[in-house]
Amino acid sequence: MASNEEILAGLAEIVNEETGLAADAVELDKSFTEDLDIDSISMMTIVVNAEEKFGVRIPDEEVKNLKTVGDAVNFIAGAQA
Amino acid sequence: MSAPTLKQAPAKEFSRILGIGAYRPEVIVTNDDVCQWIDSSDEWIRQRTGIVTRHRAPEGVSVIDMAEGAAREALAQAGIEASQLGAVIVSTVTHPYATPSAAAALTDRLGATPAAAFDISAACAGYCYGVAQGDALVRSGAADYVLVVGAEKLSDVIDNHERTISFLLGDGAGAVIVGPSDAPGIGQSIWGSDGSKWNAIGMTHSLDEVRKLGESARHSDETDDLALISATQDIWPTLRQDGQTVFRWAVWEMAKVAQQALDAAGIEASDLAAFVPHQANMRIIDEMVKKLKLPETVVVARDIAESGNTSAASIPLATHRLLQENPQLSGGLSLQIGFGAGLVFGAQVVVLP
Repeated sequence: MASNEEILAGLAEIVNEETGLAADAVELDKSFTEDLDIDSISMMTIVVNAEEKFGVRIPDEEVKNLKTVGDAVNFIAGAQA
Repeated sequence: MSAPTLKQAPAKEFSRILGIGAYRPEVIVTNDDVCQWIDSSDEWIRQRTGIVTRHRAPEGVSVIDMAEGAAREALAQAGIEASQLGAVIVSTVTHPYATPSAAAALTDRLGATPAAAFDISAACAGYCYGVAQGDALVRSGAADYVLVVGAEKLSDVIDNHERTISFLLGDGAGAVIVGPSDAPGIGQSIWGSDGSKWNAIGMTHSLDEVRKLGESARHSDETDDLALISATQDIWPTLRQDGQTVFRWAVWEMAKVAQQALDAAGIEASDLAAFVPHQANMRIIDEMVKKLKLPETVVVARDIAESGNTSAASIPLATHRLLQENPQLSGGLSLQIGFGAGLVFGAQVVVLP
């Protein structure tokens, strides 16, 4: 079970790999689309890689609710619980 | 009296692809052209799909015409006569007749009669399904040489104003000849389906819905000819997809299938000369390359930039371009994987002709 800090760090790594954004720019209150400029295809790639990394399932209909990095961290933490 | 012993066709040990051909129709549709129909931009389309242009067939050029162009080049390169073909397989979802098949007409045009002729409906996996069958037919002794064609006129089943798939699609045909070989030339095919995602990519209407609409319009006193034409256009079946579901399935599940094809062929990614995935989206291609950890020595087909997504034609078209631009790849190993509506998938490692 990963802590929220570990999930954030893992997510930042995935975002960095996909977009080249510095990992420390990936903060809890940042919006994927508005602040990090991540498009829908990158978002799906991040989702697929996060599922693999954290061993969780993020349904398609849930993806649109993950507006901020914090939303994603909370969802993954909840799904792992 | 003892029962007679049944004679079965003698099997052959190996098969390979002997020649390849392509047909790219002449009309070029740019992203700026597409943006007359949908609210988008050249930059947006390039960034999300990698597509710069697509070829489309003019009116009067059919799936069979394009298939013939590709098939003739493949026959010439393989150095065999059409009369030597034992089977002709056309993979298409856009031949506009439920029956007879495009393959039967193509066989006649090529002078390959009486070769066995049939179409297969496996959408973007259709070419790999065809190669799987060609390989099986040759090695089982059911046919000496098999023509496998992927041919699509997707422009007949698009709605220029919708945003999920139409702007990605192009027309074209690619063909290969599969025949006997002294050495292994086609690795085990990894193929399959997931019909639980039947609705992820498909047509807006079934043909019986079109018929019912036509009947109700004919029986209505208020319907004039123009209204009937307009209603028919509204209900003409066109393609749609749930891009999110398909993208996720493609990058996640298909990378695994591609790896299985490598394992079944007994080779490593570093043994490959080329990787030719179905040309659906440049971002899917990029992600598969990462997931498979392909070394930089592997040449990756990116024909999608010029040709768009041509469904069953995309892998042979992309392979054809790769060989034209890199003739040294001939004889090398290529991992090819198709995936699409069904959902269906097929992959195999082949020796490039």
